[in-house]
Amino acid sequence: MLSRIASCDSHGQDSSYFLGWEAYENNPYDQLHNPSGIIQMGLAENQLSFDLLESWLASNQEAVELKRNGESLFRELALFQDYHGFPDAKKELVKLMARIRGNKVKFDLNKLVLTAGSTAANETLMFCLADPGDAFLLPTPYYPGFDRDLKWRPGIEIVPIHCSSSNGFRITISALENAYQQAQTLNLKVKGVLITNPSNPLGTAMTHQELNHLINFSKSKRIHIVSDEIYSGTVFDSPSSSFISIMEAVMDRNIGESDDLWSRIHIVYSLSKDFSMPGFRVGMIYSNNERVVSAATKMSSFGLVSSQTQYLLSRMLSDKKFTCNYMKENRKRLRKRKEMLVSGLKVAGIRCLKSNAGLFCWVDMRHLLVSNTFEAEKELWKKIIFEVGLNISPGSSCHCNEPGWFRICFANITEETLQVALQRIKVFAQSCNPQMLLLQRRSIIGKWISKLSSSSSYDQEPGR
Amino acid sequence: MTQSHRTTEPEHRKPTTATAMRLIVPLQGVVQGRGGLILGSLIPCALFYFLQFYLKRHRSPNPPSPSTSSSNLAGLPRTSSRSTLSSRGSLGPVRISARGISIAKPDDSPYYIGLNKFRDDPYDKINNPNGIIQLGLAENTSCLDLIEKWVSENLSDSIMGRDGDDLSISGITTYQPFDGMMELKVAMAGFMSQVLGQAVSFDPSQIVLTAGATPAVEILCFCLADHGNALLVPSPYYPGFDRDIRFRTGVELIPVHCRSTDNFAFSITALDQAFNQARKRGVKVRGILICNPANPVGNIIPRETLYELLDFAREKNIHVISDEIYGGSIFGNEEFVSVAEILEAEEVDKDRVHIIYGLSKDLSLPGFRTGVIYSYNESVLAAAKKLTRFCSISAPTQRLLISMLSDTKFIQEYLETNKRRIKKLYDSFVAGLKQLGIRCSESSAGLYCWADMSGLIPSYSEKGELELWDKLLNIAKINVTPGSACHCIEPGWFRCCFTSLTHEDIPLVIERIQKVAETCK
Repeated sequence: MLSRIASCDSHGQDSSYFLGWEAYENNPYDQLHNPSGIIQMGLAENQLSFDLLESWLASNQEAVELKRNGESLFRELALFQDYHGFPDAKKELVKLMARIRGNKVKFDLNKLVLTAGSTAANETLMFCLADPGDAFLLPTPYYPGFDRDLKWRPGIEIVPIHCSSSNGFRITISALENAYQQAQTLNLKVKGVLITNPSNPLGTAMTHQELNHLINFSKSKRIHIVSDEIYSGTVFDSPSSSFISIMEAVMDRNIGESDDLWSRIHIVYSLSKDFSMPGFRVGMIYSNNERVVSAATKMSSFGLVSSQTQYLLSRMLSDKKFTCNYMKENRKRLRKRKEMLVSGLKVAGIRCLKSNAGLFCWVDMRHLLVSNTFEAEKELWKKIIFEVGLNISPGSSCHCNEPGWFRICFANITEETLQVALQRIKVFAQSCNPQMLLLQRRSIIGKWISKLSSSSSYDQEPGR
Repeated sequence: MTQSHRTTEPEHRKPTTATAMRLIVPLQGVVQGRGGLILGSLIPCALFYFLQFYLKRHRSPNPPSPSTSSSNLAGLPRTSSRSTLSSRGSLGPVRISARGISIAKPDDSPYYIGLNKFRDDPYDKINNPNGIIQLGLAENTSCLDLIEKWVSENLSDSIMGRDGDDLSISGITTYQPFDGMMELKVAMAGFMSQVLGQAVSFDPSQIVLTAGATPAVEILCFCLADHGNALLVPSPYYPGFDRDIRFRTGVELIPVHCRSTDNFAFSITALDQAFNQARKRGVKVRGILICNPANPVGNIIPRETLYELLDFAREKNIHVISDEIYGGSIFGNEEFVSVAEILEAEEVDKDRVHIIYGLSKDLSLPGFRTGVIYSYNESVLAAAKKLTRFCSISAPTQRLLISMLSDTKFIQEYLETNKRRIKKLYDSFVAGLKQLGIRCSESSAGLYCWADMSGLIPSYSEKGELELWDKLLNIAKINVTPGSACHCIEPGWFRCCFTSLTHEDIPLVIERIQKVAETCK
């Protein structure tokens, strides 16, 4: 009785990523009422700066009450359903996007399409750029939600660009070419590459070199580049120099409007991570391609942002002082919290990939595996959920091709809860079979030494 | 197909095939009538063959032959492309998708052209008295003052919470369940019940909330039908369905034409005919989409017809989608029966019935994007819930609505006042049209009336209707929706939305129509 889409399982809803969530929901940690429950460290949500938002809302009653200079805008907003979006909201959003990129790039509000969250933005872009059966290349590891957002209704195939820990999971030319060949073998037409920059789950901003590889590749294959820059505002390590937007990279190569590639560059953004407002459902597509903007605008009627929210945003973001202060303070808090996680894990003998952005760390637990297999990773993950009591995301759910890596989120819990979690990990790590660990360490030490002597991809002491 | 005057050409059909069909179909009919089966098939086939030959010779220059292109791409194995633009795509950069191209095209339906024109030149009593008056958007501003008053007294509390309340900022900024907060589902179930005068009680666990009724309809189609399947829709129907359903799902809409002699009520016989015709074409019908109260006609489906409809659906094993978005905008005396009422009372197959609702019409809040899928089918609910991640309602708006819909006293007063004011506007507007000799079909609901202007059109055809529509838009400067945009089979009917007019506006509108009407006589 139901359609294929409704009955299919390929949307990834049953992947371990979501199963962990279920386990958490059945037994959630609470400091008072359930201190032995499972701590949620699988949700990339930023709860560190609510107080700043709260105080803004409390001191800006007018915006909350949908008024402007004493006059009520309610009537206008109640009726406003124009899919071109509330002009003031778009104006402020493009200014914000520019500011996050150190004002090195300017954005045109006519190229911006608002959607109900970046989930809708990514899906809409797929509808616009690819037909059912076409493929997009994604560097691994990637956000598990893409399996659902890109493949489900648009019917796109994802072909992974395998990245490895040997070079800190950076994208290489050969990885790109291999992925393209793989798509050919599968008889799939490649329409583009989708990158998340800064990366989820790695927490790293892409380097100049990576972006150049990507640009060269896309030029030669004549395909689209979709850059999901949803974490661009979370770069807590001298952002103006360490985060390079695809737009900036393209400009640096003097690729302008007359160049073919220009109209194949698209950015996805949202306020869910940078501004801690996932509940508001505010996402956007920014595209240099007129037809994409036109099609996406019409499709946005399937997920418009409430006019009430658009107005509230336009007021909040136009308060430049608040916005700048928020971004700065938010980054500071994220950095501090990340360092707490990294040093706490270090005490437990666990290392993280060196990261400068995001709400999570990419953690190396390969030495805790009984064997270098995904089965062992799953066993370890189950132990961590049910015995240690932490919901973290296993690398396999992110399509990582090396077992033993996990994503651990740090921004959605309080400091106290994080301490509890770190304590649990420490105890767990110590309790792991010392003999086994010793054997594994001996073989891994050799690898560590060679890695350390090349570029250090591991996070050192906090404070650097 | 039908003997309709309209030949609405589907966007995706290639021009050459369509042209060919326009020649062949009538030709076949003529020949089959006289030449018998053999001649009736042979002659059109022969003609078709020669036509193809002719077209091939006169087609635009072919893209480069395979041999030259493969030498350019020497190192690269050819991919088997599924895109319709494959031959150009292998040499040039990838285009956007075929569906993207089709959707990006400028709107050619008068429904959208009119809305766009209005946006460029909107009537304003003081600032733009010669602008276009909007009668093409089913919007109700007659009771916004009541909501505005409620909001000014309650908004801040509903978002920020009162002292001692559990509502805090983290309650609205954090991730919420994608299919809506439970409190809102509870409040919505109560509201829907109030709208129906407590004739039905709705179960909050059967509600899925979406950012507007538009995604609600699309989600249901994704869940109930596959690409290439079809839904039967009694016509005339809401022009937006052509977009909402056809854009991305690939589901076809088959109009089931209703006539003025029946006051545009649909019959099961007509549904059955359409179902069989589709089957002959090899198209699988997955359901029937009804709008009750109807848009654009404004009539209400009688109880007996709903029973018959459910029987028909069971017999054919298909779904029924009932869009009841105007359920609270009833101004006539006719009894409105929601399909939910029948399901509650009877032991009928509930798994195939799904209801669409929203707050854009009954509560005049289109900007806030609130839609509802109400289903009795657990699997549909489970699938729909997962799909709401693409269209969730913004949390501050959910908070506001929880507060508003829970204020049952206010809602009761609002619903009653709303009906009274719509009725008053309806009576005044319809009387005004009557003075011009324009009669409206009988309707008891909706924010519009369905006016018969066939006496004013130069020729009894779609062309004539569109000529009148153009005059009304560009000379009389009023935007109304022509029946052809609603797939009405009889030319000359127009949907006129009157609930965003004030009583003072109505004589002005009638006057403008009169000026054009005079030139048509």
